[in-house]
Amino acid sequence: MRRLIDLELQKLLLSKVNRVLIFISFILPFTVLVLSSIKINFFGFFTLELGELGIFNFPVIWHITTFFASYFKFFFAIVVVSMIGNEYSNKTIKQNLIDGLSKKEFILSKFYTIVFFSLISTVLIGLATFLIGLYYSSYTEAAIISRETEFLLAYFVKLVGFFSLCLFFGMLLKRSAFALAFLFVLYIVEWLFFWGAYEVFGNVDSAFRAKSYLPLESMYKLIDQPFQRMIMTKFPDKADLAYDYAVHWYEIVVVMGWTALFVFLSYRLLKVRDL
Amino acid sequence: METILTINNLTKKFGYLTAVKDLSFTINKGNVYGILGPNGSGKSTTLGIVLNVVNKTSGSYSWFGGNTTTHDALKKVGAIIERPNFYPYMSAYQNLKLVCKIKGVDFSKIDEKLDLVGLLERKDSRFSAFSLGMKQRLAIASALLNDPEILILDEPTNGLDPQGIHQIRSLIKTIAANGTTILLASHLLDEVEKVCTHVVVLRKGEKLYAGRVDEIINSFGFFELKAEKKDALVQLLESDDRFGKLKQEDDLVTAFLNQPMDATAFNTYLFDNGIVLSHLVKRKESLEEQFLKLTDNQ
Repeated sequence: MRRLIDLELQKLLLSKVNRVLIFISFILPFTVLVLSSIKINFFGFFTLELGELGIFNFPVIWHITTFFASYFKFFFAIVVVSMIGNEYSNKTIKQNLIDGLSKKEFILSKFYTIVFFSLISTVLIGLATFLIGLYYSSYTEAAIISRETEFLLAYFVKLVGFFSLCLFFGMLLKRSAFALAFLFVLYIVEWLFFWGAYEVFGNVDSAFRAKSYLPLESMYKLIDQPFQRMIMTKFPDKADLAYDYAVHWYEIVVVMGWTALFVFLSYRLLKVRDL
Repeated sequence: METILTINNLTKKFGYLTAVKDLSFTINKGNVYGILGPNGSGKSTTLGIVLNVVNKTSGSYSWFGGNTTTHDALKKVGAIIERPNFYPYMSAYQNLKLVCKIKGVDFSKIDEKLDLVGLLERKDSRFSAFSLGMKQRLAIASALLNDPEILILDEPTNGLDPQGIHQIRSLIKTIAANGTTILLASHLLDEVEKVCTHVVVLRKGEKLYAGRVDEIINSFGFFELKAEKKDALVQLLESDDRFGKLKQEDDLVTAFLNQPMDATAFNTYLFDNGIVLSHLVKRKESLEEQFLKLTDNQ
């Protein structure tokens, strides 16, 4: 396993473009997080301190940071898609296999790398959140801090799932640009599915529930939007604002199922394809 | 003799097109093999199949007597197919390091092989800055990293300038002299003739000939003749069963031999029969002529 990750890291890190993208996708959310946590003075007119809004309180901070940080996954998605696209356009995939890498090892080296970077990202976000939380949070008891840390697990599963989808699209289409475009196509297809489900079930809730099993939606649903929750904390008596934002085990299972399927399909594709 | 690769009734179809048809041959240790065939005759497809990048339709192949899996066998093989494929943003050294990691070879081999192909001074240059000849030599260095039992080269001199072609050919000869088995696919006949000991001739995916290069050129040669008394010459040759086919072009007569005969004996024989030649050349058929004959007749 170390050998396979080592291989892929060499391929990735020696390329300048990839280095920049990886840097952006890991360091940028980190920086944004730190920046948003400091007091910003708008030329003396007013000061903006997000910390005072209570969003950096434990345990809600886990929810908020993982939700926003996950948007930066698109930068690393470009890396994932191009690490397949480049292998095809340079024909190095063929040379790798001829040199004695098995098809299984080839896919695994990509997948392990995805897991590796997702893990780093999760650890970084987890650490930053913990430190900022310690600084700002009104409650710093261990029991409260450790509450809702399942958002970190959800964040990790979400990243691995999304990058596995990119891996599969990369293998399927062989070209980075097409693969990225296909992500958008899939997004539209999921909404078409939603519309179809609405026609069948006749109500929005059932249609959303059906849609939540599709790849992109299931990944999105892992960490629900935190805005409503932020408003809820301001108006605790408004019962109609209440919604289910928790991370559920079945949501994680669905995304892991997709992940396994995408990795398996990538392998099947490589196996049956003539290079 | 130790077998390295056995191919049995291998067939590959791309839709309606049959790229390789029922192909069988064996590669033994220590020889230099050529796969010869015009473009599109299935050379690269055959190599792709045994190297596990193209899926076969039917038939079988086995490496090293069938005792190892293809995956393990490929670690004892060095191969380059069509064009040198490397990561353009990495240096020569970094590219070879990656290959070492894949093959599980010690990094100390890199400098040794770069030196062999004459690229040691350029080891830190990016691959994308290399000329085609240098890329091809780097590919050979890469294929040699694991000191392979067999080196497979697919059209190694394609697109190179004469100097590059010469460098690659002398490199192949050096490698062959060290006892490495070589399998060379080419459509260049003189390349195969100059480098190989054995040859497999393919056309449209079918095997036309497999055997030693000097046996494919198995005729006793021919005489090209000119004489004043041409009719008498033709008459004499036709009546003699030591000569086979006769060909006449203008005043040039070409007589193919059915048995060995040297030019002196032949000249004396004609002179004794009252025929004086104005032109006498004894030649052997080249592989090219044999190849064209093979690929035309069937």
